[in-house]
Amino acid sequence: MDLLLTLLLIVGKSLLLITLGLTAIAYYLLADRKIWAAVMLRKGPNVVGPWGIWQSFADMIKFMVKEPIIPDGANKGVFMIAPLVTAALALSAWAVVPVNDGWAIADINVGILYIFAISSLGVYGIIMGGWASNSKYPFLSALRSAAQMVSYEVSIGFVIITVLLCAGSLNLTEIVRAQDTDYGILGWYWLPLFPMFVIFFISALAETNRPPFDLVEAESELVAGFMVEYSSAPYLLFMLGEYVAIITMCALLVILFCGGWLPPVKMEPFTQVPGVIWFVLKLTWFFFLFAMVKAFVPRYRYDQLMRLGWKVFLPMSLVAVIVVAGVLEFAGVAAK
Amino acid sequence: MPIAAAIKSLFLKEFFGAFFLAFRYMLKPKPTINYPHEKNPQSPRYRGEHALRRYPNGEERCIACKLCEAICPAQAITIEAEPRGNDGTRRTTRYDIDMTKCIYCGFCQEACPVDAIVEGPNAEFATETREELFYDKQRLLDNGAIWEREIARNLAADAPYR
Repeated sequence: MDLLLTLLLIVGKSLLLITLGLTAIAYYLLADRKIWAAVMLRKGPNVVGPWGIWQSFADMIKFMVKEPIIPDGANKGVFMIAPLVTAALALSAWAVVPVNDGWAIADINVGILYIFAISSLGVYGIIMGGWASNSKYPFLSALRSAAQMVSYEVSIGFVIITVLLCAGSLNLTEIVRAQDTDYGILGWYWLPLFPMFVIFFISALAETNRPPFDLVEAESELVAGFMVEYSSAPYLLFMLGEYVAIITMCALLVILFCGGWLPPVKMEPFTQVPGVIWFVLKLTWFFFLFAMVKAFVPRYRYDQLMRLGWKVFLPMSLVAVIVVAGVLEFAGVAAK
Repeated sequence: MPIAAAIKSLFLKEFFGAFFLAFRYMLKPKPTINYPHEKNPQSPRYRGEHALRRYPNGEERCIACKLCEAICPAQAITIEAEPRGNDGTRRTTRYDIDMTKCIYCGFCQEACPVDAIVEGPNAEFATETREELFYDKQRLLDNGAIWEREIARNLAADAPYR
């Protein structure tokens, strides 16, 4: 009986998170398009509802009712599973994200490793989709994406290690609590670990295939990359997975470097605001940055992408791990 | 790499420059117009859908001189003419414009000695079938009836420059 109740509770929490999360994604997607349009001096979607607020839902209905086309030469099983893998993995990363003190579905003690593992698995959806399409562009795109995600995960891993050294825990809630000092915004890890913060932000762009690192779906070279052969609901799932992964990366930035649900100033009016609101505000700010970057940065060439990953970020983050570990050890504040 | 360039790239100088530039652009007023509801101002010389005009007393202007047919570079105009039964004046029995051939050069309008064939201000005459774009005399006269006010205003506005 107790077990059943626990299970029901977990299912309920998951459903709540998915419902709220997907609704939020609909509006983050709209915001992305609006910001992109605004920087280009366009208006963006503004026809479906006032300011286009129903645009994402209209798109969703369109994708649902369209006919999914499966190419003749495709490996049908893998072709259909690929978008499911992408979307399911992207959503499952949210199980451990604490949006407030204790507000995580699973407050596991290796939460950061879990997220890292799940987001690394995300590349499988793309490789499967690219290979199963049995088409040239998707295949090239899948190869690119594999190389790109592997190279940037290495530096993301080292950046996370520096944060772990400072926080002394792999639990996401504990990492946020470790940033809870009297200095408010100045006590968060973005300040002492600023170079790591920047590297993480840029690697997050590469990891989620956002411009300027969207070589996987570079229109001028690969049409739509691994999504060339996809249509209707499978395409929708790919897009959904992509945007959920972006939001997850924003959430990681908030948790690792910007004090999660903590208020920026430890004073009366700020501490009264619920933590979840701070979390969403910070997350929205990082999403805004992601959207702006998409609007104003030109796409990298493939060799430039690899150079940045292996010759700049990897050495920088490796050195940073050693420096941070050394400073913590000699200053005597290393986590026990 | 020179030190200054290294520092510039390390602190993402160009990235932040571009960010603030993009931010300024984001807040600028947008030139997009809300098309079906808002439209751009139109020149009186705008060359849109064709129309055959009538005199205020209801008589057709066209005298079947066939100058428009002769000058049409796309050969989109077909005219057949004979004396009209009641008064013996020369009139068209057939005046067809193939709108799919027409290149909207306005030569027909320029050639016309009596301002009968004109290109009106209307540009929204898309159709679902090709056949609907083969305009006959009746269709062109109807267009003239619908757009006469705008056409007359535009011709008057443009007259001083001709």
